[in-house]
Amino acid sequence: MSRNLIALAAGLIFGLGLCLSGMCDPSKVHGFLDLAGAWDPSLAFVMGGAITVAAPAFAFARKRCVAATGEPLSLPKRRDIDAPLLLGAAIFGIGWGLGGICPGPGIVDVGFLSSGAAIFVAAMALGALIYCALDLRLRSPRALTQDA
Amino acid sequence: MSIDLAHFTPYSSLAGGALIGVAASVLILGIGRILGAAGIFARALETRDASGFWRLWLIAGLLAAPAIAHFAWGAVAPAVSSPAVMLMVAGLLVGFGARLGSGCTSGHGVCGIARLSPRSLVATPVFMATGFATVFLVRHVLS
Repeated sequence: MSRNLIALAAGLIFGLGLCLSGMCDPSKVHGFLDLAGAWDPSLAFVMGGAITVAAPAFAFARKRCVAATGEPLSLPKRRDIDAPLLLGAAIFGIGWGLGGICPGPGIVDVGFLSSGAAIFVAAMALGALIYCALDLRLRSPRALTQDA
Repeated sequence: MSIDLAHFTPYSSLAGGALIGVAASVLILGIGRILGAAGIFARALETRDASGFWRLWLIAGLLAAPAIAHFAWGAVAPAVSSPAVMLMVAGLLVGFGARLGSGCTSGHGVCGIARLSPRSLVATPVFMATGFATVFLVRHVLS
């Protein structure tokens, strides 16, 4: 119960942060990604602000080893740079550049009742399911539990 | 390159970023999980037992945030005005790429970098680079 409430609170704060930051506005994202045009560096401040706040929390969490609920931290353990990481990140960036939307803001924009965002999020779900289907076929079941 | 000062919003972007950092902190300290939107969304689609319900609650929070933002500071819906086909292709690539690459802007770009994950320190510049390249192609080469 409290686990779900903590997740709800995190989702609300995350969503409010995304609304305030400008990440939910595709034109803002395109302004940031358009280095050759009139560049809007605002979104670099989003990342900077988020990392500055989150870094000490992660350091503290790692020192404690357990969460407030008593459960162990679920942190990805992999450190290797492999082809799926590079290819996946490259594909993700192309999609982000095309639509000006990434996953969190896409969901928040659905909350703004944007029909365009609903199309994006439905396609995103399909993309994730296609990955899942291919992954089940290509990789051993053990590897499935390893990513974030 | 020129700086677009008319649209530059350093304060609200920094404050919004700080809130995102607070959310990531709440999730890792509270339930020991990484705030990665793509992973949470994809796994929520597969949720079958109660141990995964937290993902649905987090998504409910994301969906409820615009209403609160509207009443709190008058936030309005941003224009998602790309053609439907473009949004579909973008969504497919984002959904597939984030799973293949084990993370998205929040999972790699915020949480991964904040905890100095070597994979995230590589993935983040890669997706930013292809994002820059894609917008360059679309805005300055193809149009």
